Amino acid sequence: MSYVYLYALLGVGLFVLGLNALIVHAHLMRKILAVNVMSTGVFLVLVALSSRNEGILPDPVPHAMVITGIVVSVSATALALILMLKLNRATGKNELPDRSRD
Amino acid sequence: MNFPTGAGTDHCKRMKLLPMELILGEVPWIVVLIILPLTGGMACFLFPTISKSLGLLTSLAVISCVWGLGWQLEEDGAQRYAIGGWGAPLGIDLYADGLSLVMVAVAALVGLGISVYSSSYFRRDKANHFWPLWLFLCGALNALFLSSDIFNLYVTLELLGLTAVALVALADGSEALTSAMRYLLINLMGSLFYLLGVAFLYHSFGSLDIAILAQRVEPSPAVWAAVGLISAGLLLKTALFPMHFWLPAAHASAPAPVSALLSALVVKASFYILLRMWLEIFPIVGISFAQLLGLLGSAAVLWGGIQALRQTRLKLLVAYSTVSQLGYLFLAFPLGMSIAWKGALYMLLSHAVAKAAMFMAAGNILAAGGHDRIADLSSITQRLPLTLTAFSLAGISIMGLPPSGGFIAKWLLLEASIQSGQWWWGAILLLGGLLAAAYVFRVVSHVFTQAEATHEAREVPARMEWTALVLALVVIFLGVFASWPLAMMEIGSPFGGGS
Repeated sequence: MSYVYLYALLGVGLFVLGLNALIVHAHLMRKILAVNVMSTGVFLVLVALSSRNEGILPDPVPHAMVITGIVVSVSATALALILMLKLNRATGKNELPDRSRD
Repeated sequence: MNFPTGAGTDHCKRMKLLPMELILGEVPWIVVLIILPLTGGMACFLFPTISKSLGLLTSLAVISCVWGLGWQLEEDGAQRYAIGGWGAPLGIDLYADGLSLVMVAVAALVGLGISVYSSSYFRRDKANHFWPLWLFLCGALNALFLSSDIFNLYVTLELLGLTAVALVALADGSEALTSAMRYLLINLMGSLFYLLGVAFLYHSFGSLDIAILAQRVEPSPAVWAAVGLISAGLLLKTALFPMHFWLPAAHASAPAPVSALLSALVVKASFYILLRMWLEIFPIVGISFAQLLGLLGSAAVLWGGIQALRQTRLKLLVAYSTVSQLGYLFLAFPLGMSIAWKGALYMLLSHAVAKAAMFMAAGNILAAGGHDRIADLSSITQRLPLTLTAFSLAGISIMGLPPSGGFIAKWLLLEASIQSGQWWWGAILLLGGLLAAAYVFRVVSHVFTQAEATHEAREVPARMEWTALVLALVVIFLGVFASWPLAMMEIGSPFGGGS
């Protein structure tokens, strides 16, 4: 039972790590990877929590959710990458410009 | 044919009805509303040469489907539809009540306006990209408003976000690309917060259906975490102060019809989910969180208003006005009574229509003069009387003056704040109205100043001017005929009984 929560905690840890990287790093590639790490963390939480009790087969619904989530995550990453390439072509930089805080 | 007797008599009874009523009653409009725009989007993608007529046709068809759904709801009350016949615990349910109906109706109405406006706005090459994306977005919106499954809501939220980002990137130039990229990252972050919250809710109660969750939910640390995560994600997407930082740039740098779309409908989608969750699942969270939302909402009203006053460009002014108006929606949370929810929903409705008209007017000005610097507007606006009328009429609702939808909304919220003895929220309503008056008049005053034309203004298609004006007139009608939308909200009593 306890190892289930270990995996879930690991997932939350990945989520937090990704969130930190998303905010701290300026390079867009790192930001996109950070979003991917975050979503992997969420998927790990979903899969880990699907086995409620030892001996009983795990609940299949979270697996279906994870598969759907992966599809969404792939399309989002593709869109982010193409936007990054276009931005690079337009500005020559791989970073978002600093704005004055408002 | 051997009908069982019960079904046979039922069948005979139905045959006596007029064919029109038979069609209206039998067709599952709730499903058609989702499938139709998605199919239309694919058709536009496959046949780019006729995408404009396909898009307009789909928007018209969506309006008539909303009418059909409204007819069904009025006859039979709130409606639940099990996709594929699987039913709630395992399958995905669609659910429509007064709240969903109002959201779908405003999306269809503003959507038709945006379709008509866009049919003259985009050049051929851009139009080929615009129509499929817009119809997908329309389908995502309808699916979001009609879903009763919190994971399905995540999927629609992502579809909505991705299409919205792609639409922002339609405008050329590095400014639009930068805003699109920032918008995408914010969107993904918000969605992942929401999804993690969904994971906790599912683990705790073993269901994704909102109605089932509403019965099973009870306070526990996991639920608190879920409420926090889901609210944080949705507030980020709704751009509630202080998480509004991404909104003005994204909304101002998009093409005009897309700005209208984002400000009128897309930010409202995440607010709708929050509202739905708050009404059904979160009543346990208690009063302090509601007070916090109210405080943030008030801060948004004032800060957005002040920032709108300080802008030098028209589209940024209108975008900051959105930040301010979104704040009003959150004033209903601390009041928490049926009349306050109705006020917030009415505010949402009238703001959607008014802001669409305002962004279209700003788009016309930008198209005619090539710039939207507020200080140099005089020479442009004098040639666009219809556009300026549209802007001023929409401004009446944004300020909350009678007769307009914004006035009715503020009236309901004010009444709720007095009834519940929390008059200070009412004070925020009045202050926000004053600020709105200041920034609207800053623009409108330019029509009264004489200025010689510095350069030749370009022709603006009449259709673009008239669309803005018609939408602005709709807001005024919302103020005059308020009883009809208010009765629509009552179906299935989403806000609980009593007033």
